[in-house]
Amino acid sequence: MSDHKVEVKNLDLYYNDFHALKNINFTAEAKTVSAFIGPSGCGKSSLLRMFNRMNDLIDGTRFTGEVFVDGQDIYEKNIDVDGLRKNVGMVFQKPNPFPKTIFENVAYGLRVNGVKDKHFIEKKVTEAIKQAALWDEVKDKLKKSAMELSGGQQQRLCIARALAVEPALILMDEPASALDPISTGKIEDLIFELKNQYSIIIVTHNLQQAGRISDFTAFFYMGELVEWNKTKTIFTNPTDIRTQNYITGRFG
Amino acid sequence: MKKLKRIFDKITHGVLFTSSMVTSVTVLLVIVFLFKEGIGLFNQTAVENHVVVVVNSANSVHELTSKQVKDIFNQDITNWKEVGGQDLEITTRSIDDLAGQFTEEELGTDMVNLPTLIDQYISDNPGVIAYFPDTYLKKDFRSKKIPLAKISVKEFISGVEWYPTSQPAAVYGAWPLILGTLWVSLGAILLALPIGLITALYMAEVAGQRLRNMLKPVVELLSGIPSVVYGFFGLVVLVPLIQRLFKLDVGETALAGSIILAIMSLPTIITIAEDAIRTTPRALKEASLALGASHWQTMTRVTIPYAKSGIIAAVILGIGRAVGETMAVLMVTGNASVIPHTFLEPVRTIPATIAAELGEAPFGGTHFKALFALGIILFIITFIFNMLVETVKTKKV
Repeated sequence: MSDHKVEVKNLDLYYNDFHALKNINFTAEAKTVSAFIGPSGCGKSSLLRMFNRMNDLIDGTRFTGEVFVDGQDIYEKNIDVDGLRKNVGMVFQKPNPFPKTIFENVAYGLRVNGVKDKHFIEKKVTEAIKQAALWDEVKDKLKKSAMELSGGQQQRLCIARALAVEPALILMDEPASALDPISTGKIEDLIFELKNQYSIIIVTHNLQQAGRISDFTAFFYMGELVEWNKTKTIFTNPTDIRTQNYITGRFG
Repeated sequence: MKKLKRIFDKITHGVLFTSSMVTSVTVLLVIVFLFKEGIGLFNQTAVENHVVVVVNSANSVHELTSKQVKDIFNQDITNWKEVGGQDLEITTRSIDDLAGQFTEEELGTDMVNLPTLIDQYISDNPGVIAYFPDTYLKKDFRSKKIPLAKISVKEFISGVEWYPTSQPAAVYGAWPLILGTLWVSLGAILLALPIGLITALYMAEVAGQRLRNMLKPVVELLSGIPSVVYGFFGLVVLVPLIQRLFKLDVGETALAGSIILAIMSLPTIITIAEDAIRTTPRALKEASLALGASHWQTMTRVTIPYAKSGIIAAVILGIGRAVGETMAVLMVTGNASVIPHTFLEPVRTIPATIAAELGEAPFGGTHFKALFALGIILFIITFIFNMLVETVKTKKV
């Protein structure tokens, strides 16, 4: 048992013959924001997708090592994968709302987890949309299709959708990379707010973003976790030369 | 060099334009031909050209329908009062009966006396009804020609009897054929729909890559088998099986047709539905799974709703294929033109009727035209299905 929110021990991940993650050891604490940074294809998204077993969906993945969430080995044989995924929310790179109404998008997670009580669903949906700082923009059109929203609004809707099922941990895979600067700013503010209640791990290409919003930063390079420390330390005093080069913009 | 290129471009453009125009015009011509021949039926009577139906001049009946004429000559109607005349027994005479009543001497060479003899005979017998070619109609004929009502569209569609070769007047009631077609198709869809959709869903969502790569060619192979082979299979395997299973006198039933059609429309349904299901973006499925939905919930709540219009299109195209199918159905459904009440009765479909009867229908005659009119009905049915596909396809969320 460990009291870390997330703990990874000696993780090696392969996509068929490709060695995507090499001997990763990592922990994240509750109510903090951890940022994964690194050049494209360095394995940061792959590691993120280990935490809610999304890699299970890709043919040809296999791994060795252990991953714990709240002290529970999530790759144990009898684990309830659907339950795990309810507990570990995820926000994807591109906004991916369902082609349903705004209300139904947020209610979806509750419904598939067996919630029937109408009033409870209504309350939770309202709360989640408010939490995602979207309420004022959509409160009059909850019955309209989510596809009518702008990209930034859609992404906040996806965050609301993840929040509605009250996950213990939220994974964000470059949530602002497809958005304009104003929308990005809103998402960052939101993450800052959410930190008080949730543990968040965010993959980002944007170094400034990582610097602004995260408490801890992990730098990945070619499948290795090169360095992992407090964000401030990584950005001001990196120990590894590769981190230093990346941060100062020499490659990546 | 540049000029050559431009000429080449012009030629390509011309070839493409011509070929597409030729195709469109051909299709239109086929449809125009179908309608021209079929609609020609409705300004004719059901009596063959140059044949007259005649009664005694004292007879108070002035008009008969083709069905009444048929019933009279089949002795289903035996008294004139049944068709609104006086209480008098009916005697029926065909041209052969008439000629047979007289000796060759009486008839004379080349039957020159026949018109007079016929005229005399009909005048002498008040209850007689006879038909013969109008060449034997005497100039100052004393009896009464019975005009037959023209075939009406309503009668053609709603008529329940199909006796295209009955003499002297054929009866064209397409209703049993329309019903037969719809019954067989409906049965086929009821069978093919669940099986097809489940297979499509399995192939698109559950089966692994390797199994899918094996299943897909097999399904596609199904559509490559000629329909006559399906019919053969149905006749030799399915029909006896149904006969034994349900203890019937004959195994050629609507059910046999439906099963064969179901097998034949499966590839269409599976292939199109599977493609539709696979268009559901991976991101949506992942979003659903990431919220804790099970695989099954994701399928029913995200994948299927997303692919809904494609799935409906698959179903309608499957039905379209089933409605127009001829050969296999002709071989296994028993071809009895009666209104079906259960799936275990023989039925006859429109395509099967056309295929079976066109060979014996005199070119240009009413029977021939009636078959074309059937073709129009079939065309309209399939056209409606195709329109449905179009409207469903364009209705995206």
